[in-house]
Amino acid sequence: MLKVLISRLGQAALVMLVVSAVSFVMFRYVGDPVATLSRENASVEEKAALRRSLGLDQPLVVQYGRFLGRTLSGDLGISYRNQRPVTQLIAERLPATLELVLVATILSLSLGIPLGVLCALKPHGVAARLVQALSLIGISTPTFVTGIVLILVFAVSLGWLPSFGRGQVVDLGWWSTGFLTVSGLKSLLLPGITLALYQLTLIMRLVRAEMIDVLSSDYIRFARARGLPTRYIHFRLALRNALMPVITVTGLQIGSLIAFAIVTETVFQWPGMGLLFIQAVSFVDIPVMAAYLLFVGLLFVLINAVVDILYAVVDPRLRARSA
Amino acid sequence: MTAPTPPVLAIEGLRVDYPLAGGEVFTAVENASLVIRPGEIHALVGESGAGKTTIGNTVMGLLEKPGRIAAGAINIDGRRFDATRGSAAGIVLGRDVGAVFQDPMTSLNPLFTIESQLTEAMRFHLGLGKAAARARALELLESVGIPEPRRRLKAYPHQLSGGQRQRVVIAAALSCNPRLVVADEPTTALDVSVQAQILKLLRDLADSRGIGILLVTHNMGVVAQIADRVTIMHRGKVVETGTTEEVLRRPKAAYARALIGAVPRIDQRLDRFPVLGDEGKGRAEEARAELRAELRARAQGPDSRADPSPILSVENLCVDYSAGGWLPGSRGRPFRAVDDVSFSVRSGEVFGLVGESGCGKTTIANVVSGLVRPSAGRVLYQGRSIAGDGATRRVGPLRQAIQMIFQDPYSSLNGRMRIGSILSEPILFYRLADTRAQAESDVARLIEAVGLEAEAAQRFPHAFSGGQRQRLSIARALGARPRLIVCDEPTSSLDVSVQAQILNLLKDLRDATGLTLLLISHDLAVVRQMCDRVAVMRQGQLLEQADSETLFDRPQHPYTRELLSLVPTLDRIRGEPKAA
Repeated sequence: MLKVLISRLGQAALVMLVVSAVSFVMFRYVGDPVATLSRENASVEEKAALRRSLGLDQPLVVQYGRFLGRTLSGDLGISYRNQRPVTQLIAERLPATLELVLVATILSLSLGIPLGVLCALKPHGVAARLVQALSLIGISTPTFVTGIVLILVFAVSLGWLPSFGRGQVVDLGWWSTGFLTVSGLKSLLLPGITLALYQLTLIMRLVRAEMIDVLSSDYIRFARARGLPTRYIHFRLALRNALMPVITVTGLQIGSLIAFAIVTETVFQWPGMGLLFIQAVSFVDIPVMAAYLLFVGLLFVLINAVVDILYAVVDPRLRARSA
Repeated sequence: MTAPTPPVLAIEGLRVDYPLAGGEVFTAVENASLVIRPGEIHALVGESGAGKTTIGNTVMGLLEKPGRIAAGAINIDGRRFDATRGSAAGIVLGRDVGAVFQDPMTSLNPLFTIESQLTEAMRFHLGLGKAAARARALELLESVGIPEPRRRLKAYPHQLSGGQRQRVVIAAALSCNPRLVVADEPTTALDVSVQAQILKLLRDLADSRGIGILLVTHNMGVVAQIADRVTIMHRGKVVETGTTEEVLRRPKAAYARALIGAVPRIDQRLDRFPVLGDEGKGRAEEARAELRAELRARAQGPDSRADPSPILSVENLCVDYSAGGWLPGSRGRPFRAVDDVSFSVRSGEVFGLVGESGCGKTTIANVVSGLVRPSAGRVLYQGRSIAGDGATRRVGPLRQAIQMIFQDPYSSLNGRMRIGSILSEPILFYRLADTRAQAESDVARLIEAVGLEAEAAQRFPHAFSGGQRQRLSIARALGARPRLIVCDEPTSSLDVSVQAQILNLLKDLRDATGLTLLLISHDLAVVRQMCDRVAVMRQGQLLEQADSETLFDRPQHPYTRELLSLVPTLDRIRGEPKAA
């Protein structure tokens, strides 16, 4: 088990090194920082001095080394647009996105798994057919359409829920949460549902396919032949086998939700990472974009490591193979 | 036999129907009857599609929809089985009827411990608490002969060998003291030595606990060894039933006679396998004669059988499989699959390689056909090294001379290609035909040579049965005009009667074309019938090689002797006085 962990960490470090190199190249070569930072009518000498003071006249390897050193100490540069440290910006925005993703993931798992099981157990029932048909709509409707329709119905026509923003948030030191106020919770609902819809259908279809597969396997037939209660066979035995791939998919989906909740955050003007990124792109705010790239890389590496470890916990065969 | 207790299983006039699309009905089992008394092992025998597994599943309550019991009655322990509910009043499946499945590798859930899988039925059916169930599980594991049962309880299925898993499955079947055990091909997936142990265990259980066992199998040797009574089925109907001795020694129905005749014998070598029905000669012989002329012309010489030099020599071959990751230190010790093996195959002979699973015989086949690289040693084809030390770079023409037939005819033909394209591929690849039309006529001749109609070229593999597919695999191998064909378990997934046909076909092709065959098999009877010389392997090492007659009549190595003694055969029938 320890060996797996060490090997995983080694791989993660390698991946992060590559990502940081890409991020560095972007930082250094997309646009000229000197041109961006200096005055419009700056002389050549002034520019050269600025270049020296920024360390841009040093060899590439030295520059990359410094970049790595700064990154590791948490210094990701200053945003061109806001003139504030990028680390600070991300730290401000992260809680909003994480809370949104948490709500969306809980929603999609808590509905997707039971619905998937239902569709697998009674594939010809009315409920299963209905769910299947609805899931097609869920998987084929673009997120912004769902979001706008939800706003139209629940915010504009019915006026039940707010259409934008996080509502009132409570500051808990370095974390600001919307979970503790009524308006915060209300504000989470619509974007949460919008974000969850696609994941929900994906998880439902995955669970359904896996479950159907598992139910026809020999070990489930053997369980039936031993006269075990149907409920026990379905939910205690088969579901566990069927959830194996769901772990992977959920992990990767959480990653992409955090990284790419951009559309939903834009539609609902959600002050999260996605909105930060979109604004950075439209202002060519290179430090923010580079930091975002690093952040997304780190996120996926971490999630993959967690998924691998979870797999080993759930599946004894993997434990043995790599121990 | 006139015990006052009711039979544990009585089936009367059972009929199982599968409604098909369009209102038609497929009758899988028709008017089947059988009776099993306590302590009796009743074998249900037949080829695939005979309906034997359907009966087994029905009794276990596992009849799959839309199948239904259309007529007849099933009584378990004197109580009537309700056809609509799939169970009998007062009879709990799993408690009173135990089940043993074919493949111990798949019948245990990989995510749960042995303890959890053994005890769950007891907790539900007998209402035992956790501790009581565990104590009983320990007892059960001991009674089915699993060493260190305490440690095994905590183990997961993948940590046990196939034989141990099957013992666990049997323990689970016995856990609630059943009156009847349905065992569907319980030893088919196991090696002979393990098979012998499992069969003995089943027999002991019947004798000591008075359990009735319904043994569904296609293996006549198994039947002869442990069954008290036999029922032979053919196309859903019972063709013959009686005591094992009666049925196997004096079969009355023509089908029963033919089926028993088709079982390969280990005690003596026959010229041909007796087969069921017509073999489709005539056109096939003509096609083979043409093929032979062509192969001879390619061999550049007279009949290859006159040539005493080896066509293939394997010299000090070693193959290691390494395990582990890329980090230093995480690499495990490599597993030596083949350990210093040397043998040579003479031109025109059939050379057999036998051994239990994991002995390295398939690895050798893969090295010879270029699918696996050796770690040490070399393989020579007609004196030129084709794998290992000093292997020639230009192996292409040599590869053409060595073709392979795989075990599973279902996965070895590409389901998305027409037979014509599959068979013409090697012909076109090695440029054995100048034009596409010539290749097509070549394909037609090949198909006829293996006893099928030339029209087969237009169809897809799924249109053919397992035996027909294996014929097509043979045709594909022949298409490259080989000198040597490596056959890896060519008949082990086929029915006895189909196996007989395929083996006859290989024999005929060998006789007609002077091919050399390297036959890999775990079935000693097949090897005896087919091979001129045989090598026995165990754990990567070659223990003994000899002429096949010598090896079977006077085996030298103790392991060979043990293997031979374990093969269940028709001449050792249970309850029959041993022949002098």
